[in-house]
This record gives sequence, C-alpha cells and structure tokens, in this order.
Amino acid sequence: MAITVTLPAVLARLADGNKELSADGVTVGEVIDALSVRYPPLAARIRDDAGKPYPFVVYYLNDEDIRLGNGFASSVIDGDEVTLVPAIAGG
Amino acid sequence: MSTMTSSTTSGTHSAASLPTLDAAETLRYSRHLLLDEVGIEGQRRIKNARVLLIGAGGLGSPTALYLAAAGVGTLGLVDFDVVDATNLHRQILHGTTDVGRSKIDSARDRIHSVNPHVHLEAFDTRFDSANALEILRDFDIVVDGTDNFATRYLTNDAAVLLGKPNAFGCIFRFEGQASVFGAPDGPCYRCLFRDPPPAGLVPNCAEAGVLGVLPGLVGTIQAIETLKLILGIGDSLVGRLLLIETLGMNFRSITVRRDPTCPSCGDPAFGGGSIRSLDDRADDYAEATCGVAKSTVESSAAAIRDITAVQLAERISRGDDFDLIDVREPAEWEIARIEGARLVPLATVRQASESWDRAREVVLFCKAGVRSMNAAHQLVESGFTRVTNVLGGITSWTNDVDPSLRRY
Repeated sequence: MAITVTLPAVLARLADGNKELSADGVTVGEVIDALSVRYPPLAARIRDDAGKPYPFVVYYLNDEDIRLGNGFASSVIDGDEVTLVPAIAGG
Repeated sequence: MSTMTSSTTSGTHSAASLPTLDAAETLRYSRHLLLDEVGIEGQRRIKNARVLLIGAGGLGSPTALYLAAAGVGTLGLVDFDVVDATNLHRQILHGTTDVGRSKIDSARDRIHSVNPHVHLEAFDTRFDSANALEILRDFDIVVDGTDNFATRYLTNDAAVLLGKPNAFGCIFRFEGQASVFGAPDGPCYRCLFRDPPPAGLVPNCAEAGVLGVLPGLVGTIQAIETLKLILGIGDSLVGRLLLIETLGMNFRSITVRRDPTCPSCGDPAFGGGSIRSLDDRADDYAEATCGVAKSTVESSAAAIRDITAVQLAERISRGDDFDLIDVREPAEWEIARIEGARLVPLATVRQASESWDRAREVVLFCKAGVRSMNAAHQLVESGFTRVTNVLGGITSWTNDVDPSLRRY
C-alpha cells in the first residue's frame, strides 16, 4: 500500500529535506517503521525506542488523530495520507 | 469544529456596565464602529477587555501592537528579557535604539505611542509557577507568545486551572501553528501534546533560525482570535490547530478534540484532570530549552563530563588528545568556527559515530550547549566512554576565549 506521509520542515530536515514521502505498510505503524529504517535521524524524533508514538508528536491519518482510532495499529489503504504534527515552541 | 459563542468572555458584562467611548476614541476606532460585528458596543467590549500577553518577543510584538491599536483597554505584558540585536529582525515592538533596554520598558514606550488609551500592566519578571496564577487571575484571555516548551505548558496549565482561554501560536523556521486552547468545552494544549519533549531533542529558534516575518503572521492570527473571543463573533480556532507553512504558502487546519483523559483539562471520571495545582507538574515548567539544559546536565553528570570554554582552550593549547566535534548546522559553521573542530550536525551524529573509536575522547560543542548535550547522550548510549560537553558552546568560547569570532 503506497501511503503519502507529510512532514513539517522541522522533521523534513531529518529526511533529506523531503516534505512529502511515500512509504508502504498496512498500518500507520508499519509506514512509520519503513520511514524510520530509511531515515534513522528521523526515527529518533518521531517515536520512542520501543517504537511507540511520543506524547509530543501527533499523527493524523487523513484528517483524523490516530489516537481516536487504533493508534499505530490503525489500518491504511492505498492513497491514504499520514501527517505528522510535532510540538514546536518558538515564539 | 466548535463555534465560539458570546458567552466566553464578552457575555459576562451587560452593555450598560461597559466603559463608554469619548469623542477621540470614537474617531480613532471609527473603522471598527462601521463593522456590524463590532459597532459601538463591540468597541466598548474591547475597551473593557483585559488581555495578558506572555512574552514581548516575536509573537508578542504583533499581538501587542495590534491589540493596542484595536483598543484593548488593559494589556498585561510579561517578559524578563532585555532587547538584543538578534531580536530586531522579527520583534517589531523594539527598535535599534532599544538594544540593551528591558523589553518591558521598550514595549511600554511603543504601545503608548500606538495608543495612549491603552492601560499597560507590565510584569518585568519571568512567568513561572510561583507567579503564574497570581498574574493571570485578573485577566480575561491569555496570549501565549513564549519561546520555550516550559512556559507553554505552564501557560496552558495555569489557563486551564483558572478557566481562561489561551490564544496560542508558535513558530519554527518557516512554519507555525495557531489555536485557541482552554475555552469552555474546547481542548487544551495537553489534549494535543500530552507532555513536553525532553530538553535538547527539539531545537529552538535560537539554534535553528526563524524567518523574521513569520511571527508577524502567526501573532496577527493570535490577535484576531483574541478579538473574536472578546467580541464573541465568528468561528474561533477552538478545536482546530491551524498549520501554517510559508514556503509553499499552505494553510491547513486539523481537528483537535478535548481528551477526557487529559491531565490538565480532562475529567477525573476518565482518569483525567490530575493537574490540580502548578506543583503537580513542576518538572514540565523547568527552564530547559534555552542555553544550557540544567536538568539534562544534572541527570547525565555521571556519564558525561562538562568543561567550560576556557578549560577547552587550555586543553587545546596543552595538546591533549581528543576529537573536537561541532554538532551545529553548516550555516552556523559558516558564521564562526573553532579551529581544529570537525562539523558533524546533530542529526547525523548517531550514524557518523558508528565508525569512530569508542575508547577515544570526544569533546562536543554547539551554539549554547543543548544540542551538544543531546549528542553526548547519544554517544554514551552507543558505548562511548569518554564524552565531554562544552558548557555554553561556541557562545561561551566567543565570550571568554576568542572575541574575534562573529556572534549570531
């Protein structure tokens, strides 16, 4: 399943500058695994060592927070879009 | 998506109890009075409003200027900082001749010049857990314009405890986020981001840079949301997070739902609402994002050795054997560098270090000491036994060892 993953600039810098990536998987977690293998610097910023989402990065599947679904176990289908929204603090 | 009704702040005062407008004010606010959604009564509500701005920096500049110009009767402003030359490319509340003055003094002059009808309540202090509730209590709305996670979580929790809506905005490089948290039935910041990231994991603007105009855009959105709350008009950003991306110039809003398990605004029946006072999460409010991360330094004292810039200079001149690694970004390296250092940006340290000798001493530095501490943790985790962090980074080196280097 080809899933589009959208990264904000703060994370895109850790993925060779790519703001939009394509990755395969049947769950959000698998898609994130695939990206984490491809971009190790990104992995450390988007999930913890146990592979769980951090409390300061929110994952949206299409327009819905995955915490309201099954989290990383939420299924994805071809054409779905996963958007990462990290907490930023600048002011 | 929530619709803010007039009950939030404006409904608490009947029209008869609102302050009146004199002739000069009627003239000054005439373009507001012509708007059906504002009118004389709305302008009187704006005059009656008490808005607290946390921070007189990038976001605080446009919010303070526009809310003052709009006629907000009482503006509170909290900032402990002094105007620095590096503030001027974005903090339009302050001018070149204000460098070295307290931001509060500079802001007072500027706000008075924009609108002398505004009463400014200035707090020349750090907004912290000891004073947050006392300061915020007397205001209707808080505008979060801080530059660090510690104060953002403090602002959120204080606003929720007191039931004050929070016009939220934050920025990073070319992107921003805006929302309204803590409104009745709306989500709070912790519903979205439950806990702050550990110190050093997320770079701040001082390390990563920010487009100077960006806080103008995001702060202006905060000011508009504040006026909408005061007036009870329109659809506020309650329940939505606006994502602003200026390189592609894309705006998108995503739904944020109130989380019954949220420790700040949640329902005890669902295990939420555990934060009953600002003592309950004191660690979240510990200053750690700017300069040296104190908690990080303390917790890693056993594994990581700290040295000052002066000590580093002594060790270099003595000819000690170690690798000196600069974990800043290439653009920073172009501005200033320490002779003999090798550039390995933080994001690449883990990979690059795989080929390094784990028994050899590695001395790490960045701009201020936070990123290098993060890198030091990574090296210790990967089995390096002799890891040293330069406190205060190249900033201390420039101050204490080599003043000829360019500052940034």
